[in-house]
This record gives sequence, structure tokens and C-alpha cells, in this order.
Amino acid sequence: MITGPAIEAEGLVKVFGTNRAVDGVDLRVEQGAVYGVLGPNGAGKTTTISMLATLLRPEAGAARIFGHDVVAEPNVVRQLIGVTGQYASVDEKVSGLENMIVFGRLLGLSHREAKRKGLELLESFGLADAAKRPVGKYSGGMRRRLDLASSLISQPPLIFLDEPTTGLDPRTRGQMWDVIRGLVEGGSTVLLTTQYLDEADQLADRIAVIDRGKVVAEGTADELKGMVGTSSLLLRVADAAQTLVAVAAVEQVLGTTATVTPEAARVTAPMTDPERVTDLLIRLREQGIRLDEISVQKPTLDEVFLTITGHTAETADEAAEDEEVAA
Amino acid sequence: MTALIETRPAVFPTQLTKHIGLRDTVSQTFTMAYRALIRLRRTPEQWADVLLMPFIFTFMFAFLFGGAIAGSVSDYLPALIPAIIVQGVVQASVVTGTQLREDMDTGVFDRFRSLPMARIAPLAGALMTDTIRYAAITALTMLVGALIGWRPGGGWGIVLAGLLVIVTAWAVSWIWALLGVTARTAGTVQGIAMLIMMPLTFFSNAFVPTSTLPDWLRPVADANPVSHLITAVRELTISGTVGWDVLWTLIGAVVIVAVFAPLTVRAYIRKA
Repeated sequence: MITGPAIEAEGLVKVFGTNRAVDGVDLRVEQGAVYGVLGPNGAGKTTTISMLATLLRPEAGAARIFGHDVVAEPNVVRQLIGVTGQYASVDEKVSGLENMIVFGRLLGLSHREAKRKGLELLESFGLADAAKRPVGKYSGGMRRRLDLASSLISQPPLIFLDEPTTGLDPRTRGQMWDVIRGLVEGGSTVLLTTQYLDEADQLADRIAVIDRGKVVAEGTADELKGMVGTSSLLLRVADAAQTLVAVAAVEQVLGTTATVTPEAARVTAPMTDPERVTDLLIRLREQGIRLDEISVQKPTLDEVFLTITGHTAETADEAAEDEEVAA
Repeated sequence: MTALIETRPAVFPTQLTKHIGLRDTVSQTFTMAYRALIRLRRTPEQWADVLLMPFIFTFMFAFLFGGAIAGSVSDYLPALIPAIIVQGVVQASVVTGTQLREDMDTGVFDRFRSLPMARIAPLAGALMTDTIRYAAITALTMLVGALIGWRPGGGWGIVLAGLLVIVTAWAVSWIWALLGVTARTAGTVQGIAMLIMMPLTFFSNAFVPTSTLPDWLRPVADANPVSHLITAVRELTISGTVGWDVLWTLIGAVVIVAVFAPLTVRAYIRKA
């Protein structure tokens, strides 16, 4: 095992014509982490991964995978990574098993070993029944699983997942998340790109928000949410008649304006200083106001995205879905 | 499906190699050829034209032109069969380019590029499998010819003729491979290739004696590399003679490979 970060990238640039697809991206991914690259379609996520995975040559900047430069030692880097693309990189015309055999043999396994390992992986990805069927007849989720399975033949220490769940139904998406968590437990480092904010939130230890080829924010999910500022305090008053009294207490103690949803007797107020919540609760007890529910709501990554980039990720999401339908 | 997907722990390779050795390159080329073969088995329709062309062309040309050009069908066959073989195989070499383009458009090439494998293996593998196609066309055309009365007297020369055709077609397929790697679509490759191949195969000694051509066209047809190949094949099949045309053809093949193989590989690697 070696020390140092799994990925180090400084000032990566890739220009397509006049479009600066990636415009100076810095990344640092520690070993054993799940690192999320979050951004809308066309933000430069795939291009960044392609450069890190030696598929594209950066025009400026440098990147090292476990200390090996992607331009100077591409073959070494390729021995350390597995890549699962946004669109399944498998052969549609032949069967799942035949795909695995070809990839396994290219990785230096004998025909027999490649077949054994292929069957094993297909089995663990729930594709054993479909092993002999042509991939063209697979569903989207099956294809994605096969794609990931073929990236894992050599059990690489670093795995790139480019939008691993785009276009998958919620159940299959949940399975994919489990696989990713399993990979990290096994000691792999995972870099995943996603348009889904909750996916990055669920899986990633650290997140880079990327927009128009630049990293516009970086940190843990909590840090990013912290950038948008305050969390909200949510109270549900047991006796709806007491709601207004509660509001008065909140405004007095927290010093902020509270909003009320009448039907649910719910009071929401921005929470700047958690210390004061204790004071508020004591005050409510003194006034004999009973609470059914109390919770703190952190800002969602959607809000983070809007704050940082000035536009939402959702609009880009829809555009991406349209594209997929058209394609 | 309730199966929990189990993943295996990561393995950090103990030995990292900077370059791929010749042995690995060869074995990866064979793997790519194996892949092309299993693809062929899955898509037999791609072979339909290869298998039907020799029948259709041999029958058509033999019975249409046999009487007019050589007096009778059986007198025309010794000249015609080599021409049909060469034409069929050279046309089939275009498929190398179109299939390469189609193949590169599918996502699977992204995976090949991300694997620690020789960059040339996908190209070399594809070209290797194509020789099987050429061999099939050559053998089938000879068979059809024999059925309708072709009796070549060349002995082992016939085998040599077959090999010469296959080697030449393999060399020519590098041209289409370059086109395949650089063109935008498979249709483009097909279109450009047809534009080149139609005049090249017909303005030759393939179907008519060049002595019947107008003065300005005759030198063109005589100098046409396709004419040299056809003459070489005729001499080999008719009498087993290894003439100058065999040498010219082989020199031509070497030149084509020397020029186009490096260009193709470079273009492929740049794209890859």
C-alpha cells in the first residue's frame, strides 16, 4: 500500500473548439474516500474524469493518480483504475459473459480465469441468469451493473464512476449506492460524478461543486450547506391555539422572524445560534406550551447549488433527461 | 431481486509496468480478434453479402459477358475468376473501415482505452479477423467457378494466388482503417471508399482485355495496381507462374502498409 492522496489534480484544462469544457480544475482525493463531483450537465464532469482516467490529454495542468502522472505514465495509471462511464462501455452485440471474458483476457487473465472471474462477478451483480444473453437485450439497470462489474475485474484501488445512477429507477439506484459503499469498505477510493444533489449528500465524504469547467466550491456536505448559512428550527405546537404565543416567544428569544403554517401549527425560524435554542425551550416550558415535534432543518444541497452558481441544478437535470429521451 | 451485491476488496497491483511488451501486445491482439469473431457469430447478417457476392458476381459476369468477350463462358472463366476474386476481396476490405468506425462509436472503445493494453491491439485485432473474410470470399469464388466449369491448371499456384490476394487485401484495408479512424460516420467511409474502388476495379484488366480500351485509357488501366494483382493471380492460377506482377503487387502492398499503418495508428492513438 502506498501513502499520499489517490488523486491530485492541479489546474486541469481541456478546450473543445471555443468551449473551455474544463477550465482549471484542482482536486485532491484522499485514499479510501468517496469523492463527489457535483454539477449540471455540461459542467465539465465527464471531461475531468476522462483526463484523470487517461482517456483525454489535458491541455494544461497536471494530474497524478497514486503519485503517477496521467500524461507521463498512462499505462501505470490504467493499472490502478476502473472506469464506468455515463453510457455503458460494454459490447452490445455479445453476451455479458463474453464481454467479461474479453476484458479479463485483455487484463492478462487466461481464458479460463477470465471466465471464472466473469461468472463470479456476474453472479454477485445479479446477472448470472443473463450471462449468456446479448447485452443489447439488457435493461438500462442491468447494463449499468454489467458495466460496473467489468470495471471491477482487476479489483482496482481507484474507481471512477461517471453518473452511475443517471436514468436508473429508485430501487436500482439504491442498489448502486450499496455497491459503492461496499467498494469503499473493501478499501477502494471512489470518485463519482452526479447531477443528483442527494446522491452526493448520501455517498460522498467530500464534494466538489463544478460549474462551467470550474470548481466553484469544495468541502464536506455539511461545510457546503454551512456556506449557505443558517439552518432552520422547526417546532410543532401541540395545541394549535397556542401557536401565536409560541411565535412571540421564538421571536423574543431568537431575535428572528418566525413563519407559521396555520394548518399544521408549525413554526419555522432561522437558527443562527444553537445556544439560544436551549433558552427558547426553557421559555416555552415556563409558558406551558407543549411541543409535538422539534427538528432542525439544514439547507439542502439544492439551495447550496443555487447560492453558489446562481442557477439551480434542477433545470440542468431536466435538460439531461430530455437528451436521454432523444438519444 | 434481493441479492446483496458483494464486492471484493481492492487489490493494489504489486508490479506496475510502464510499457506493454511485445508478448502482451500479441496476446491482446489475439483477444481483440477473438472478440471480432464472437461478434461475427452474433451478427451473421454481416456475412450475408460476403457469402452471396461470389455467387452473384461469378454467375452474372460469366453468363452475361462470357460469350461477348471470350467467345464462350468456359473460355472466359480463367480470366474472370481471378478478377471476381480480386474485386470481391478488395471491396470487402472496405468493411474494415466501416466496422472500425461503428465499433469506435460504441462505448466499449472507451473501456479499451482505459485498460492497460497496447493501443494498437484493437486495430490489429480487427484487421486480423478480416483476413478470414478475405479467405472465405477467395475460396467461395473458386468453388463457384469450379461448379460452372473453371479448371485452373496452376496446381500450388492456386494456393499462392489465394494467399497473395489475402495479403494484398489486408494491406489495402489499412487505407480504409485510416479512413475509419478519422471519418465522422461509417457512411462517410463507405461513400468515399466506393468512390475510389469503383473506378479502380473497373478501369483495370478485370473484365475486359485492356487492348480493347481507347488509347488514353489503356496506359491507365495497365498501370492500375488492381490490374497487376489480377494478372498475377491469373498467371498463378492458369499455369502456376510466379511473374513480375507478383513482385509488383507485393511491393505495392508493402508500400501501402508502410505509409498507412503508421498514419492509422497515430490517428487512432490521438483519438484514443
